[in-house]
Amino acid sequence: MARTLLDKIWSAHVVATREDGQDLLAVDRHYVHEGSFHAFGMLEHAGRAVRRPELTFAVADHYAPSAARPNPPMAADVAGMMVQLRGNAARHGVALLDLEDARQGIVHVAMPEQGLTLPGLTVVCGDSHTSTHGAFGALGFGIGASEVSHVLATQAIWQARPRSLRISVEGRLGAHVAAKDLVLAIIARIGAAGAVGHVIEYAGTAVRALSMEGRMTLCNMSIEAGGRAGLVGPDEVTFAWLEGRPMAPREAAWHAAVAGWRGLPTEDDAAFDGEVSLDGAAVAPSVTWGTSPETALPIGARIPDPAAEPDPVRRRTMEEQLRYMGLVPGAALEGTPVDRVFIGSCTNGRLEDLRAAAAVLRGRRASVPGLVVAGSTPVKRAAEAEGLDRVFTEAGLAWGEAGCSMCVGMNGDLVPPRERCASTSNRNFPGRQGPGSRTHLMSPAMAAAAAVEGRIVDVRRLA
Amino acid sequence: MVRGRGAVLDRANVDTDQVIPARFLRRPRGTGYGPYLFHDEPELLAAAAGAVVLFAGANFGCGSSREGAVYALADAGVRCVVAPSFGDIFAGNAGKNGLLTLALDEDATAALRAAVAGGGDVAVDLPGQTVTAGAVRLEFAIEPFRKRLLVEGLDDIGLTLLHAAALEDWAARDAAARPWMVPG
Ligand code: SF4
Repeated sequence: MARTLLDKIWSAHVVATREDGQDLLAVDRHYVHEGSFHAFGMLEHAGRAVRRPELTFAVADHYAPSAARPNPPMAADVAGMMVQLRGNAARHGVALLDLEDARQGIVHVAMPEQGLTLPGLTVVCGDSHTSTHGAFGALGFGIGASEVSHVLATQAIWQARPRSLRISVEGRLGAHVAAKDLVLAIIARIGAAGAVGHVIEYAGTAVRALSMEGRMTLCNMSIEAGGRAGLVGPDEVTFAWLEGRPMAPREAAWHAAVAGWRGLPTEDDAAFDGEVSLDGAAVAPSVTWGTSPETALPIGARIPDPAAEPDPVRRRTMEEQLRYMGLVPGAALEGTPVDRVFIGSCTNGRLEDLRAAAAVLRGRRASVPGLVVAGSTPVKRAAEAEGLDRVFTEAGLAWGEAGCSMCVGMNGDLVPPRERCASTSNRNFPGRQGPGSRTHLMSPAMAAAAAVEGRIVDVRRLA
Repeated sequence: MVRGRGAVLDRANVDTDQVIPARFLRRPRGTGYGPYLFHDEPELLAAAAGAVVLFAGANFGCGSSREGAVYALADAGVRCVVAPSFGDIFAGNAGKNGLLTLALDEDATAALRAAVAGGGDVAVDLPGQTVTAGAVRLEFAIEPFRKRLLVEGLDDIGLTLLHAAALEDWAARDAAARPWMVPG
C-alpha cells in the first residue's frame, strides 16, 4: 500500500505497542529550554538520569532579555530561570546554547539553523510550536512537562497514531502575500480545532515554491489549527538549505543521509484521512480581528457581526472577543489604529522575515513605537551585516537581542493593557502579550506597513 | 467517585494562556498553582469558582503546551473537564496528572449542562463510567488502559523502562541504518 511521509517516519520509530494501541516512539531530537525546569525537577525527584544526553539540546529563549548583551539587566526571577537552565544542562551533560552563545536563539529557529533538525527525524520539545520542525519533513510535536521528563528518562514517548490531513495549495501566492498569510487563511478555513488529532501534510505547488523559512512559518502555526504536527515533504530546497550546517552530517554521511531522505516523501497513491484544498492565488494579506488565530480575515474584510451567528456558544465567544479587542461589528478591518508593532518570534523571526519588513520600512518612519527581535543571534548578525538593523532603527523601531520577547512577554517585553499591537507572532489569545493586550496577527510586511501608518493597512498600497 | 460543584464555561477555544498566564509558569510546582487559575479572566474565574467538574466549550486547552494549566486546574480542585474537544497536548498533560478529560458532544451533554447551570452538584464515577447531575445520568466510554492509568496512578516512566531491551535493540538497529543520526 502506498505510504505517506507520516507513515514512514512513524513506522521507522515504533519501539513497542501497548494494549491500548499507543506506540512507543523513539525520539531522535529532544530540545529543552528554561521552562523545562519542571521536567528536570520531576526527573531528579525520581532519581533518574537523562538517557541519551547526546540527543538532547538546550537553549535559552523564552526568558532571554532583549537588552544588549553581554550581561543584560534581568529581573531576579528571570535571571533565576537562566541559572536553573544552566544547572540542569550541566548536571545532565546536555549541550546548551546559552544566552551569550553565538548560536543562541528561539528553539524553533536556532536548532534548524544549526542543522540539528533533519528529514525523517522525530523531534519533541516542551513547546507547542515544535510543529515548526515539520518543514524539514521531520515529525515534530510539542509535549507537556511530564512527557518531557519521560523523554529525558527514556528517549521515547507513547503516542496514539494521529490521523492524517493533507492541505493542498495550488497556484502562486500573489505579490506581497507571504507564508504567514497562507497559514492564517488555512486556519480561518478549517478552524482552531480543525486539525485536532491530525498531522497536517502541506502539499501543492504554492507550498513547494516556499523557501525553508516560509515552510517553517507554515508548519509553525499548524498547532493553531489544533494540528499535532505539520509536515512538508523534503526536497532539493530542504537539502540545499541543510548542507554545510554546523551539526548536519558531512561528506559520506551527508550523501548517505540524502539518499535515504529521497525515499521519504508521500507516495502518489497514498490516502489521507482528510483532504482540504486552497487556491494560492486567492490568498490575500490577512489579519486577525479576535482572540483566536481562526479569526483571520483578508485585509479587505469587515469585522463580523455576532448577530448573524446562529450557534449560541460561537455567538457568545464572538461577543466576548469583540469586547476584549474593543472592536465594533461591521467596521472595516483596514484602518484599525494600532499602538505598537512587534516583529519577531518563532513564526516570523528569520532573515527572510526581517528582509520583508525592512523592504517596507526602508526610507520611511514608523508612526508608532515598535520592537524588532531576530529569532536567533545568527539571524541578528546576518541582518546587521545587511544593514537591516539600521533600516529599523532609522524608522524609529527598537532592535533587540534574539529570543521570544514580546510574543509571550516572559522576559518583560509586554504590550501594556488595552494597547493594540500589530504582531508577527502566532497567538492573539487574551493576555498573550501582556495582561489586557490586544494582538492582531499578520505577516512581517503587513506589520511594517502598520508601523508606518499607525493603523492596519494593506501593504500592497505602500509597495 | 468525584462529587461537587459543576460549572459551565460557555466559551469556545479557551486556551492555556487564559487558564494560566505565562508570568506564573516560573513558580515552583510545590507552592501550588491554584491561585493562578483563570487569573486574568474574571468571568471564567467567577464561573469556575469552587467547581470540581467543568463543562467547557470546544477545543478547551488549545494553544501552549504549558502543563501549568493542568496544575492550576488540579490545584484549584478541578477533577474533571467535559468538553466537545480538547487541545491534544492539554489532554495528554491532564492524563499525566490524574485530571479526567471527557470529550463529549454538546448534544450529549445538553441535559447535564442544564442541570448544572441550575446550581446542582455533579458526580463523576470513573470506575462506573457515569456522570450524574440531578436526575440526569450520562454513561461515557473510556479506553480501559487509560482508565487504569487514571485510577491506579501508575508510574509511566517505570512502565516504559520495562521496554528497556526493546529501546536498546531499536537504538542498535538505528545506529546501523542511520549512522548519521547522532550529531557530531
Ligand atoms: S516565539 Fe513565542 S510561540 Fe515561539 S517558542 Fe517563543 S514564546 Fe513560544
